[in-house]
Amino acid sequence: MFITLNGEPHELDGPLSIADLLTKLSLDPRRVAVEHNYAIVKRKLFPDVRVNDGDRIEIVNFVGGG
Amino acid sequence: MDDTAFVIAGRRFTSRLIVGTGKYPSHAVMAQAHAASGTEMVTVAVRRVNISDRSRESLLDYIDTNKIFLLPNTAGCYTADDAIRTAHLGREAGLSNWVKLEVIGDERTLFPDTEALLEATRVLVRDGFVVMPYTNDDPIVCRKLEDAGAAAVMPLGAPIGSGLGIQNPNNIRIIREFIRVPLIVDAGVGTASDAAVAMELGADGVLMNTAIAGAREPAAMAEAMKHAVIAGRLAYLAGRIPQKLYATASSPVEGLVNR
Repeated sequence: MFITLNGEPHELDGPLSIADLLTKLSLDPRRVAVEHNYAIVKRKLFPDVRVNDGDRIEIVNFVGGG
Repeated sequence: MDDTAFVIAGRRFTSRLIVGTGKYPSHAVMAQAHAASGTEMVTVAVRRVNISDRSRESLLDYIDTNKIFLLPNTAGCYTADDAIRTAHLGREAGLSNWVKLEVIGDERTLFPDTEALLEATRVLVRDGFVVMPYTNDDPIVCRKLEDAGAAAVMPLGAPIGSGLGIQNPNNIRIIREFIRVPLIVDAGVGTASDAAVAMELGADGVLMNTAIAGAREPAAMAEAMKHAVIAGRLAYLAGRIPQKLYATASSPVEGLVNR
């Protein structure tokens, strides 16, 4: 299946949770925020929210800024 | 001498210097500069994770969040909606409901769109945020931001990254008289004397990034800024002498041996 991840097409093997996706991407769930189809997902719900074909996912973190 | 505490939304800070985390030569140099500055609050930006290149070290590995409070910003946002969305993402990514709110109105000057800024401030205050808006040095806008619920008001001294120093000192003084919440001069500082001037004008704090990160020796400039902010604050509290056009002798004019 394909999702749109941070604005780019991204192929995944099958439906999975946000937590699974972060693990796949080697991202620390404590250091990112996730939007699922334009709605923010609370960190404690990462294991419960399913990512499905065609979904739009945004994953952000902190970078240097003023 | 005795000073009132620097308190924003009930949180007490010892240092009145807020520092950015952008544009340093390396994360290690940034960490040295933060330590030298004595800062207790640093700004961070919210950006998409780089999916294709996970090799880069995380900024947060170089910030001791037990000692330094993270203030996420909405830099790069040109509409109230974008800024609100970014603020919410920053709240989820971070540890607090604080935001340095930027809504930019023009790419070349990075001046704020104060109409959109006011709108975003109202929404985010309603959403439970501690909002610290980056604004222009207009006392009326600053008063409106306070009325909208801003926890501090952060007028620019000069355009972001310009290093021009405080361009409109009279407005900073007037803003200090207009508002009750903390006044933080944000942007425009080029060197230590600029930070001291901001504090002498009555600012409660100064926020800067480029002046430190872009200096040849960031850690040394950070230390200079620490002293400048302390010196400027003391001078403000001490009460400067009035300015006069002509001289007034410091030594007695009586008892001169040659008269």
